[in-house]
Amino acid sequence: MRKKPNTKIADGDMTSMIDMVFQLIAFFMVLINFSQDDQNAKITLPESELAKPSEGPAEFPIVIHLDRDARIYMGANEATIDSIRPLLGTEVAVLKSNKKEAKDGNIIIRAHRDAPGGKVQDLIAKCQEMGFEKFALRVKEEEIP
Amino acid sequence: MKYKSSAAENEGQLQLTSMIDVVFLLLIFFVMTFKIAAQEGDFSVKMPLQNEGGQPLEPDADLPIKLRLRADASGNLADLLVNDSQSFGTDFAKLRSFIIQMTPGGTDGPSDAKGPEVELDLDYQLKYEYVISAITSVTGYRQGEDIIRLVDRIKFAPPRKAQ
Repeated sequence: MRKKPNTKIADGDMTSMIDMVFQLIAFFMVLINFSQDDQNAKITLPESELAKPSEGPAEFPIVIHLDRDARIYMGANEATIDSIRPLLGTEVAVLKSNKKEAKDGNIIIRAHRDAPGGKVQDLIAKCQEMGFEKFALRVKEEEIP
Repeated sequence: MKYKSSAAENEGQLQLTSMIDVVFLLLIFFVMTFKIAAQEGDFSVKMPLQNEGGQPLEPDADLPIKLRLRADASGNLADLLVNDSQSFGTDFAKLRSFIIQMTPGGTDGPSDAKGPEVELDLDYQLKYEYVISAITSVTGYRQGEDIIRLVDRIKFAPPRKAQ
């Protein structure tokens, strides 16, 4: 009588691999940032040796991106400095619905390093016209050679 | 002699195949969406509304420093001028030394109290990176891991017209 070949599949011990894979997932989950508000591929921030993340998140942050051609990006909206009023008006309405005023909002300006400084001033002036007073100029950490 | 059936043999084992599939899909998703970004920070600028003459409604600095930033035609920095009298060329290190002399002891961080204040007056076409370099020079410096604060109150002069 012929012996039947052994068809049993060899089981490897998966425990350590699963442990490692879960550790990797936990690592990436903690670091992932779904927010698109504070990222824009068209913006290269200027560098500063004093760049240090703020201790807590700013209250009512409004992130405005300004590229090298002075185009403005707020969330999914695109505008110019002259046509930014309606977008800022929307933000003021949101603040008012939270029983706050424009001066309570924090404008975070992420301007391209080659953008004209005068354009940044124009942008600040437009925000001031809408009642905003607090501004933060965002920079990135200087790369140490 | 009794033989165990293969079904009975597998009874005590969990089927991990589908879980591992899902876990690897998750892992691939996170790896693909992962971005390594440089650390970012903010310089705070408090700029309340100004009156017609361009002066703040409540001038409250006890040591105002006016920093003029001149640009060349291509937007690069041409000159740093403090209080319309002292020129530092394009040397931000010299500017920082001057600010250290002007503000002995520095400050303890952002506050609403009176203190030294720097007003930046820049040419319209000056590249923003030079504005940030100037702000960095007057705001403080790094000593090892610590940041020594010099001037926390920064504001902009009214914009100069585009040339």
